Amino acid sequence: MSKILEKNILSEYECNRITRFKVRAPQIAEKARAGQFVVVMADSRGERIPLTIVDAKKEEGSIFLIVQEVGFTTSLLNRLKEGDSFHALIGPLGKASVIKKYGEAIIIGGGVGIAEIYPVAQALKKKRNTLTVVLGARTKKLLILAEELQKISDEFYTATDDGSCGEKGFTTDILKKLIAGKHYDLVYVVGPIPMMKKAAELTRKKDVKTIASLNSLMVDATGMCGCCRITVGGEVKFTCIDGPDFDAHLINWQEAESRSSTYIEGENHICRLGLGENR
Amino acid sequence: MMQEPVRPLERGASERIKDFEEVVFKYSEEEALREANRCLQCKDPLCIKGCPVGIDIKKFIRHIREKDYRGAYFEIRKKNNFPSICGRVCPAEYQCRKTCVLNSQGAPFASEKSINIHFLERFAGDYAMLNNLSSGIPETRPGSKSFKVAVVGSGPAGLSVAGELAREGIKTVVFEALHKAGGVLRYGIPPFRLPGEVLDYEINYLKQMGVEFVLNCIIGKTKSLQDLKKEGFSAFFLGLGAGVPSFLGIKGENLPNVYSANEFLTRVNLMSAYRFPEYHTPVNIAEKVVVVGGGNTAVDAARVALRLQRLRGLKGRVSILYRRTEKEMPARRLEIEHAKEEGIEFKFLVQPEELLADSGNRLEKIKCLRCRLGEPDSSGRRRPVVIENSAFSIECGLAIIAIGLGANRVLTSSEPALETNRRGEITIKDNFLQSSLRGVFAGGDIVGGEGTVIEAMSMGKTAAAGITRFLKSGSLPF
Repeated sequence: MSKILEKNILSEYECNRITRFKVRAPQIAEKARAGQFVVVMADSRGERIPLTIVDAKKEEGSIFLIVQEVGFTTSLLNRLKEGDSFHALIGPLGKASVIKKYGEAIIIGGGVGIAEIYPVAQALKKKRNTLTVVLGARTKKLLILAEELQKISDEFYTATDDGSCGEKGFTTDILKKLIAGKHYDLVYVVGPIPMMKKAAELTRKKDVKTIASLNSLMVDATGMCGCCRITVGGEVKFTCIDGPDFDAHLINWQEAESRSSTYIEGENHICRLGLGENR
Repeated sequence: MMQEPVRPLERGASERIKDFEEVVFKYSEEEALREANRCLQCKDPLCIKGCPVGIDIKKFIRHIREKDYRGAYFEIRKKNNFPSICGRVCPAEYQCRKTCVLNSQGAPFASEKSINIHFLERFAGDYAMLNNLSSGIPETRPGSKSFKVAVVGSGPAGLSVAGELAREGIKTVVFEALHKAGGVLRYGIPPFRLPGEVLDYEINYLKQMGVEFVLNCIIGKTKSLQDLKKEGFSAFFLGLGAGVPSFLGIKGENLPNVYSANEFLTRVNLMSAYRFPEYHTPVNIAEKVVVVGGGNTAVDAARVALRLQRLRGLKGRVSILYRRTEKEMPARRLEIEHAKEEGIEFKFLVQPEELLADSGNRLEKIKCLRCRLGEPDSSGRRRPVVIENSAFSIECGLAIIAIGLGANRVLTSSEPALETNRRGEITIKDNFLQSSLRGVFAGGDIVGGEGTVIEAMSMGKTAAAGITRFLKSGSLPF
């Protein structure tokens, strides 16, 4: 189990490499639903990190994961080759997204959040929702899965920081225009916390139901440690077992932001040491 | 003439806080013999009544006196599959040592005078490890190969069930959600109390007895009980543990650097964060650490924090805040003593009210109220009562909340037919720990309260007897 069947580099830009893995995991593929995730360990000394199940092929017994290098563990994962295995792979974890007919839906993916909206967008499409997909990244090269997502969307927009593709600016700029002109039944948003927070602020004013999928830090990811806890509507929830999807209007975003920075020092330290050849 | 009790050697406090190596040495042969010879070999031994699994303590101590260490080991194993674990972590002062005849009647926990049964048990267990007595395994009976039992969770309850069933020759598969087996013995108890190698040895012993371990598999998510039934499992044991950490519900509790004890200990014990960056999981530490709680978990977390401070060259302090007094602390007395020797500060009759951050959103202090002891509550312990206008603050850069755990609902919520109580614990329907689902047994913390390792193991034994009976009856599960 957990052998890497295929590895594709989706994008390489400066230090940002985004890799797609096809992994043998028949049991996980069998059960996985849109919005769920797995926990992986790159090697026996590795961290346990959560990754969204981007796609699951039941008949093949495989799942797809997308890894963007943002730190030490993600770099280590991206060093794994076809034929290698993860030290550990467990899932599917978390609650599945609520997939039903909402009507008009806007799906926003920012950065590697694009990978995470993909399964939800697909599932919502199957339920015959009208999909407006908005993707954002720093630059065109980092807009992964754009073709796949465009194919299933009724309307499709992109925003880049440098204007290399679509609008120069943020996904939330596009969101603002969209909801100004028309009523939507759902906004589903995954990306960096400031983006999700901003999206929530915009849609709250217009009273549009908005769901964000949180990328909290986790250890066991089975409800045991509370590392991923977050206040939602005044109640403490665990992202790993109660989430990762929550009502974006009820999430305490400031808390989410500060908790996500808990290990910045450690992360900087281990990244400075770098990936020695023997690691 | 009455001999003095024999205390095993320990590493000096100033030395041991620099690493995570074991604190207490095992008895030398001479020490074990001296301690064993203190045993009165009572005609009607009271110690056995204090043992949750009913080890024939008198007999195993007699074997030690006769230098038949192998005999002592296998005598313990008749009732307990894990002597070297229990010899290290059992709160013997509340159990066999408390009922030992040498202890004064009615004391809340054993005095120094009672026989050091746990150290003798460890001596026998470690003797077996050193001499690899597990090869050969004389005790496994040839059983029916047609049955397969699924044990969910590899903590003390699950391991105990697996050991008992393997002994009966019943094929047993243990499913564990984490990447290493052992449950709380692995992620909760620090290596300086229970070294990983000891746990590995006991788990390997089970493997040699034919028990199979499936790691990284969370029942209720990766597979359901129904799936396992389809795969041919005829009976089930759920030893899910007390999964979800409780928090105080006070302001500031979700600031960075506020940990549940479970998270802090899991990072260090399971993920080896104390060896960061060689191991990749980080854990934070600060010069001033407070731990809230009075159980073993609180004391473990405090001692781990102290070691992390020393490993990172910090000269700080670690304080344990507890609402009651030392007498009411549920932690093992030996560990409280060890913690004091190591320089952990205890602040009793203190209740946290709020965690406060500085302008940079970094944890800065904990605001507390003072308490006094009031009337006894339902647990028989005197209830802490807050004293008005007693607020004060303690500076801290890191806080660890160790006030208990609730039931993990990952599996139970995916099996609606499995009855649970208000607290989410699995409801038990008979004396053999069968749940509302036929052929599904449960034990350990998931069936109520926070017990000890040995209590969980005791339940495991009961459930294993129930499972054996269930299999023989020819009934099919749910």
